[in-house]
Amino acid sequence: MTVPYDNSPKFHDYAHPERLVSADWLEERLDTPGMVIVESNEDVLLYETGHIPGAVKIDWHTDLNDSVVRDYVDGEGFAALMKAKGINRDDTVVIYGDKSNWWAAYALWVFTLFGHEDVRLLDGGRDKWIADGRLVTTEIRPIKETDYPVVERQDDDIRAYLLDVLAHFGNPLIDVRSPEEYRGERTTLPSHPEEGSLRAGHIPSAHSVPWGTAANEDGTFKSRSELDEIYREQLGLSDSDDVVAYCRIGERSSHTWFVLSHLVGLPRVRNYDGSWTEWGSAVRVPIVTGAERGETPAPR
Amino acid sequence: MTASRIPPELAAIQEDFLALESTNDRLQFLLELANELPELPERYQDHPELFERVVECQSPVFIFVEVTDDIVHVFATAPREAPTTRGFASILVQGLSGHTVDDVLAVPGDFPQEIGLTQAVSMLRIRGMTAMLARIKYQVRARLDQPVTPGP
Repeated sequence: MTVPYDNSPKFHDYAHPERLVSADWLEERLDTPGMVIVESNEDVLLYETGHIPGAVKIDWHTDLNDSVVRDYVDGEGFAALMKAKGINRDDTVVIYGDKSNWWAAYALWVFTLFGHEDVRLLDGGRDKWIADGRLVTTEIRPIKETDYPVVERQDDDIRAYLLDVLAHFGNPLIDVRSPEEYRGERTTLPSHPEEGSLRAGHIPSAHSVPWGTAANEDGTFKSRSELDEIYREQLGLSDSDDVVAYCRIGERSSHTWFVLSHLVGLPRVRNYDGSWTEWGSAVRVPIVTGAERGETPAPR
Repeated sequence: MTASRIPPELAAIQEDFLALESTNDRLQFLLELANELPELPERYQDHPELFERVVECQSPVFIFVEVTDDIVHVFATAPREAPTTRGFASILVQGLSGHTVDDVLAVPGDFPQEIGLTQAVSMLRIRGMTAMLARIKYQVRARLDQPVTPGP
């Protein structure tokens, strides 16, 4: 069963317009069979204060991460989560969240690791839905469990590990954190907790393109032509490039991964989810401080 | 070194959390507490400069501690869009206010890990509450040396 795509003119120009839905589109289709709405936020309680009617909650930390190893859940864990959330393998999943969809993009990226085919983002996310005065509810509906198959995670295509990044030198790297974090003045966002990086700075040769460059004030994505101007013209990325994006723990770079893969249409983009909390504590990996990208080390 | 002990209001919140079995029930209770975070009294409403940001928390939460005649009062602000952080602040405001300096300083630093929330909200987020408690105690000690009151 395929839920029709959103034909909004704004989306036509994107490389993969089927990955986005607008609030108008969603509001008209809240109870569509074969579609599940998922809310994914930074704050674990925000969903409980009011959510889009019928939406289920998936928390990036307590649901998508393994509770012991620093990794995502495995195939069985993901299947159990999908079952508990009432999601079938062929369902359309529409994800939205706070902070301009950081965590929603992160959840979408994890769904993609498991090859869930039809997963879309709500343009503008939670904040715009609420700012527009659209309906929210605190009602939590009972969920009918599904029978989601156990599918093993496929990390290779869209996930980079530390060793991959060391071998990647010479290819485009994008640091999507704030300029202060890039320069090494701090290891966390101005408003975020210290999360244990022992060194500050950036991976040598990384371009600094903060994630928010791709978003409008209201949290929606910029138009295709604006995104092409930023990433293809100014940064010089092209379809033949192999791109790796990183941030602090991989959430903001999921946003950029979504933009580059689905909106700008670059075929090879990976998210380095270990990001600065791994690189900034790893022994004997090169680091550059200051505003310059620094020399490109030899790949190893 | 003061022996660890927990004020009765704080202990009651802890017992209520632990009595709830499901993660969802514990989250709902945390949300109730978030909604109970008291507004600032008028004398502090226009004095953001007195408040200290708990930078360890993901969301903007600010605290201020007043010590009058050996009695501690804790004030906090956090946005409605950050209910988890508001809940943490509310627990500490309700649990510590009205107690003596010694009683507040005697609360164990790892108390936030003992209220049954580490699974529900994750260890990472609980760290924010641990930092909030540490900063409250730090302010209590600082007030003993130098009382602070709102200016004119």
